[in-house]
Amino acid sequence: MVSRRKVIQRVLEGAVFVGGGGLIWGKSIKANTKADYVLRPPGALKEKDFLKACIKCGQCVEVCPYDTLKLAEPGDGIANGTPFFEPRTIPCYLCTDMPCTDSCPSGALDLKNLSKEEEKPDIMNSKMGLAVIHKESCLAYWGIRCEACYRACPLIDKAITLDYEVNKRTGMHAKLLPVVHSDVCTGCGVCEQACVAEKAAIFVLPLDKATGEVGDHYIKGWEKEDEKRINEKVEKADDDKDVKSAIDYLNDDDLIED
Amino acid sequence: MKKYKFLILRRIIQLSFLFLFAGGNYFGWEILRGNYSSAIIADALHLSDPYAVLQILVSGFVASSSVLLGALLIFLIYALIGGRMFCSWICPMNIITDIAFRLRRIFKIETEAKVSVSRNLRYYILALSLIVSAVFGMAAFEIISPISMLHRAIVFGSGAGWAIVAVVFFVDLFVLKAGWCGHICPLGGFYALVGKQAVIKVKHDKEKCTHCMDCFDVCVEEPVLDIVGKESDFIRSGACTNCGRCIEVCNDNAMKYSLKFDLKK
Repeated sequence: MVSRRKVIQRVLEGAVFVGGGGLIWGKSIKANTKADYVLRPPGALKEKDFLKACIKCGQCVEVCPYDTLKLAEPGDGIANGTPFFEPRTIPCYLCTDMPCTDSCPSGALDLKNLSKEEEKPDIMNSKMGLAVIHKESCLAYWGIRCEACYRACPLIDKAITLDYEVNKRTGMHAKLLPVVHSDVCTGCGVCEQACVAEKAAIFVLPLDKATGEVGDHYIKGWEKEDEKRINEKVEKADDDKDVKSAIDYLNDDDLIED
Repeated sequence: MKKYKFLILRRIIQLSFLFLFAGGNYFGWEILRGNYSSAIIADALHLSDPYAVLQILVSGFVASSSVLLGALLIFLIYALIGGRMFCSWICPMNIITDIAFRLRRIFKIETEAKVSVSRNLRYYILALSLIVSAVFGMAAFEIISPISMLHRAIVFGSGAGWAIVAVVFFVDLFVLKAGWCGHICPLGGFYALVGKQAVIKVKHDKEKCTHCMDCFDVCVEEPVLDIVGKESDFIRSGACTNCGRCIEVCNDNAMKYSLKFDLKK
């Protein structure tokens, strides 16, 4: 028979082992400094699911013909052994046969994520990220003719188009301004690599870092399909707010007197 | 030479796996691609680490069927046939820890442990790894595994993994005898539990034993030899890695590989 004191001691030891050890372990596998900005191979699941699913076998890295994909090592600031790429070094060249996605055994990279509604998977549907332009460091926005990113883009005139604008500084030239279209951009990063600036003025960010969200309570009245939503019961932004007191506040006499 | 026949065979097998994996990465050989977490043989048959897949499942992702079947296949091979043979015949970390074990004997680095650590620690770490995987939604051991870092360092030629391999080596050499493989590694713990009733086991013959203790000297899982010199039976503990060192060092033929078909505890 074990004494009660011994039992309590063992239980406490166990609790410290599970609680303390588990917390340190868990925090350390989540503590990856660059994790929020990492770019994954085409067809990857959403980052949270990707981290669950990736078995870290490196088969996608092995089949990548351009050595674009790398496996994260300790010190990279990315979950160990998971594949990623840095477009400024080597971008994704969008192989039409998608060897990396195809080679994934675990389902972390899934061809389904590359097909729109039952169609055949197509690399051009990939959404590895979204290219973003920093105008202040972009030569084209200075008024200097560049177009490096526009010419390099594998989806030229679709993912990146040129807008024309009068150069008011000289009064006699045009500015040819690159504009990224987020519905087409694959996030391959060829533009980022092509950029002539010392530090790329066009660069790829993970989708959730490069996109906003309007919310359901705005409707595009000029689009027939979207306008239909007006009849749906949509959650309004102020549904949960105290509207009456806000109106009372505006009608309050004191407000005028002050 | 006879004294090292299994050791040499094991090293040849371990190094061939590494060689084929590395060739798959550097030269595009299709015999064996991937690594010890998940691999594909001849572009046809998937194999996966069942413990890694278990962590993935616990973290809340149903892996694709090819990975699940590959893990099941490996699981059955060790559960039914090989026991804990992964550890001594396949795992590349075994080469490192065996070197540390040997150096300890050669330089007579204290045989008694400086720190007393239970060999059951690995089972607690195994359980904890599953809890952490579930709570934090990531395969917990796979991210910090020194084994993975070692084979990735070799197969994919990354440098940073060697640091943690060095830590394992020096802990084994100076702090705790058979520290990694015998006390800490949850993958070893996993196969010890899984392979308890496997068919291939080492069998001891008490009548031939002269109590020379040579087998105890070379065994990294000493407690599994508790019956030696006392009764004739299989080495039944799941912790035995079937490495065969005891067989080859025994001058009395008191140990041999044998097949076990009963299910006694």
